[in-house]
Amino acid sequence: MAFSLDPHSRIDSPVHRIPAAAKLIAALGILVATVSTPRAFVPVACVLLATAALSRIPPLFLLRRLIILEPLALGVAILALFQPDGGRIFARIVVRATLCLLTVILLSNTTPFAELLRVFRRARVPALLVTTLALMYRYLAVLVEESERMRRARACRTFSGGSGRAWKSLAAVVGRLFVRATERADRIHAAMCARGWK
Amino acid sequence: MHIPDGFLDGRTMVATAALSAGGLALALRQLKRRLPRRRVPLMGLAAAFVFAAQILNFPIAGGTSGHLLGSVLIAVLLGPSAAVLVLATVLIVQCLMFADGGLLALGANIFNMGIVGGVGGYAIYRCVQRLARGPRGVIMGAAFAAWCSAVMAAVLVAGELAISGTAQWAVVFPAMVNVHLLIGLGEAAITVLVIVAIQHTQPELIDPSAPAGGALSRRQILGYGLLISLGLALFVSPFACTWPDGLEKVAGALGFANRAVRAPAPLANYRLSWIKSAPLGTSLAGAAGTVLVFILAFFVARVVTPRRANDSR
Repeated sequence: MAFSLDPHSRIDSPVHRIPAAAKLIAALGILVATVSTPRAFVPVACVLLATAALSRIPPLFLLRRLIILEPLALGVAILALFQPDGGRIFARIVVRATLCLLTVILLSNTTPFAELLRVFRRARVPALLVTTLALMYRYLAVLVEESERMRRARACRTFSGGSGRAWKSLAAVVGRLFVRATERADRIHAAMCARGWK
Repeated sequence: MHIPDGFLDGRTMVATAALSAGGLALALRQLKRRLPRRRVPLMGLAAAFVFAAQILNFPIAGGTSGHLLGSVLIAVLLGPSAAVLVLATVLIVQCLMFADGGLLALGANIFNMGIVGGVGGYAIYRCVQRLARGPRGVIMGAAFAAWCSAVMAAVLVAGELAISGTAQWAVVFPAMVNVHLLIGLGEAAITVLVIVAIQHTQPELIDPSAPAGGALSRRQILGYGLLISLGLALFVSPFACTWPDGLEKVAGALGFANRAVRAPAPLANYRLSWIKSAPLGTSLAGAAGTVLVFILAFFVARVVTPRRANDSR
């Protein structure tokens, strides 16, 4: 399985062509507006829906993302029910959280991460943090696939045992993954030096 | 434990953002000085590692499953400052790429999991090591610290949500903390198993006195300590004082409680009693749990420490 982070961030649409910095600032503005007053809900929803339509991202994909993430928000929101006037607060929080989620989902799927990194670098975010973000983004899929391969290899070779067994073998996969990550980091360092990194 | 957007109010977002920006700046400064250049790529790889490890599901009874959070694991392997950088990176990418954890709540999430979970957890891990040395101390410390980091983060999340007016402390505190008393056990178990696995194959990767990203210096203890206690003072202490009402107790003992103005409220007070007792019960359970987990960590360390690693000392 190829592990893709933001499958739609590189299609071509009017929204994708907006500079990353503008999109980031706009997203922050929308978030602040949504969080600060319930009166912003309707205009924000309209803006988000228009953006979604213009961006040519399949609506089903956006919906699926929302459904995956919504339970996390609902789990916290339910706690709001246990207070005077809880129903209204609950409804407001759910709407607010959903709009915010949609904003960030749209941002991440219309903006390649590399462009966001460029914005960070221009905004004088410390170089070490930007380098770390860039390397993490680059090797995320590699390590996820590596761990999946190791898990599969292990599952092929071990007969199923109790869950204690499963924990031990999974932990061994995680431990091995870390060892491999450090080895890979050494190789990457050598490669970076070879290309003139200092 | 990622707080989504829309749950925190303005004050809380600004305060947590300032706290985590301070912590991150401290970590970056330290790393710039201490981190060897050849270790720079390791930070990014370690962040990718945490992310990949979080995807692996550990089966729990009844078809549910849990996963590693990784704050203490990465602090044990790489040191506190590296842990702050790595965990902040993980949270930023999770937020920007997957919308997991809010963009405006990013400060709160970095503070709860990266700074309190990573640095606080590391401090506990080192304290335990004063009691038990060698690989056994590593395991005992990591187990106890992993549990504590999960519970501490939960307490902070509860405080932040309550201060923001999203939910009442009396509800959110027991709900968050009771769940994380259990999640902490899983986190401790996974952390220990992973460390044992690494001790078996590559024991030199775990060097408690000199982790790859540098240990805590005195100035750092001061800096991080200040940030963490500021966070606790802002988000937890406003509620902590209301548990057993000390003044009321003294008044009762001195016999002038009846004279206090108590006009129309006794019923309201009575009705609230279960809600008031929930946080108290939770904190008692938390305290008992802390002692229990510490003892548990001691025995677990005796059992699971690889003999070879222990002999090599």
